[in-house]
Amino acid sequence: MTEFDPARRRLLKAGAAAGAVVATSALAEAKAPAGGDTAAQAQHAAPPSVDVLLQVNGSEHRILVDPRITLLDALRERLRLTGPKKGCDQGQCGACTVIVDGRRILSCLTLAVMQEGRRITTIEGLGTPASLHPMQSAFIRYDGFQCGFCTPGQICSAVAMLEEVKAGIPSHVTADLTVGPKPTDVELRERMSGNICRCGAYSNIQEAIAEAAGVRQ
Amino acid sequence: MRSFTYQRAHSPEEAAAAVERVQGAKFIAGGTNLLDLMKLQIETPAHLVDVNDLGLDKIEPTPEGGLRIGALVRNTDLAADARVRRDYGVLTRALVAGASPQLRNQATTAGNLLQRTRCPYFYDTNMPCNKRRPGSGCSAQGGFTRHHAIVGTSEACIATHPSDMAVAMRVLDAKVETLRSSGARRTIPIADFHRLPGNTPHVENALESGELITAVTLPVPPGGRHFYRKVRDRASYAFALVSVAAIVQPDGSGHVALGGVAHRPWRMEAAESEMRQGAKSVAAVLLAEARTTQHNAFKVPLVERTLASVFAEAKG
Repeated sequence: MTEFDPARRRLLKAGAAAGAVVATSALAEAKAPAGGDTAAQAQHAAPPSVDVLLQVNGSEHRILVDPRITLLDALRERLRLTGPKKGCDQGQCGACTVIVDGRRILSCLTLAVMQEGRRITTIEGLGTPASLHPMQSAFIRYDGFQCGFCTPGQICSAVAMLEEVKAGIPSHVTADLTVGPKPTDVELRERMSGNICRCGAYSNIQEAIAEAAGVRQ
Repeated sequence: MRSFTYQRAHSPEEAAAAVERVQGAKFIAGGTNLLDLMKLQIETPAHLVDVNDLGLDKIEPTPEGGLRIGALVRNTDLAADARVRRDYGVLTRALVAGASPQLRNQATTAGNLLQRTRCPYFYDTNMPCNKRRPGSGCSAQGGFTRHHAIVGTSEACIATHPSDMAVAMRVLDAKVETLRSSGARRTIPIADFHRLPGNTPHVENALESGELITAVTLPVPPGGRHFYRKVRDRASYAFALVSVAAIVQPDGSGHVALGGVAHRPWRMEAAESEMRQGAKSVAAVLLAEARTTQHNAFKVPLVERTLASVFAEAKG
């Protein structure tokens, strides 16, 4: 091959300019077969971008996005909010947990275009280095991490989790469904089971959350 | 992910018509299963119709004394509803046994019913799978089958349905209300909603193209004690190896359904007439036609023991 494949060139340019998200779609384009059915080819072409207004940490951001972009990728790659982490990107690890309209969700399993008009809070919106959220202080005090990769997701999850307990939402370990749950150790553990820590810092995470919940001094 | 166009629908009629109009279109609600499958290009919709703004997010009493659960009610909200906790405890128990809190905050009632199997061969696009590519073969058979079905299977497919909620809906005799793109509405009993694999494992339910689930209804509260016992490889956040949904009346009669053993929630009314004879008799009817592999044969005694555990607790 004497001529540099233009799709490949686009890939390199995109990768250098804008990071992994754009590179992924360019890669899909580069892999598209030369022949084949037109419907499949049409699906490889870049779709029209969609204008979306995201409300994140109290600020509004109007961005043009490919409809395929997940909320996680929009936060990280477009708004440069790199607190939410891409761990598994398939809803199994909890590292991408953010709070939307008061509820913790996985930002890797929702599209940015689906979140227009909703209030999104990431770890960056919970506290600042100068003014930490009480849950952040508790994680530091109890050393609730080792490598720190899962920590933003753990903290967002824990903050919203305590609101779920207050709202009376039952869990798998709630013995009596007719009375409100209490933030006991067994409840906190079950309710944090969607956040995986590969370092295994669970015991300290548990202590930090228990203190923030007011069940430990 | 393959590219697609996106639209947000504002009425059930608009949504159903939009999906029928565009070839390869799909509804998206919570997205927790669909987006995962789209990333792997197992699902490749050309157009997504976002149904989150349809106003189908309420739980209301029915004139008959039951409940109508809007299709978009999130799993968390359904589990937490005071009427559900009080009168349909098996449903709350099943919901909170499933997935993680974050996923339950996103996942919807209708979407939960429409979950696709977690068979690893369905997920591995390098392997033949009759469900993913009809006619290509079943890689599970002869493969690693510890999680697979033991009843209702076919030569074409031995996948299980992954939902916990659906097992509770089955034991509660729920009904699925839908809207077709023609504007016609119909009600599908949950027993007729999910299909066995047969020769067409890619056809998983009774819905037609463009048909939108609008609600799931529950009959009058059945009374009795409610149980959902899920046996899995870890204490939380794992799919069932075996699960038992049961409603047991004071005289020992009642209803039972199983999860983790078939392509749909597994209930046989004939087994329920054996409930006062005990777990062995009930399991014998439920699993009379079981076809196991060396990896999943353990599910047969596990079903019986899980039933025994539930019945013992019901007596105690």
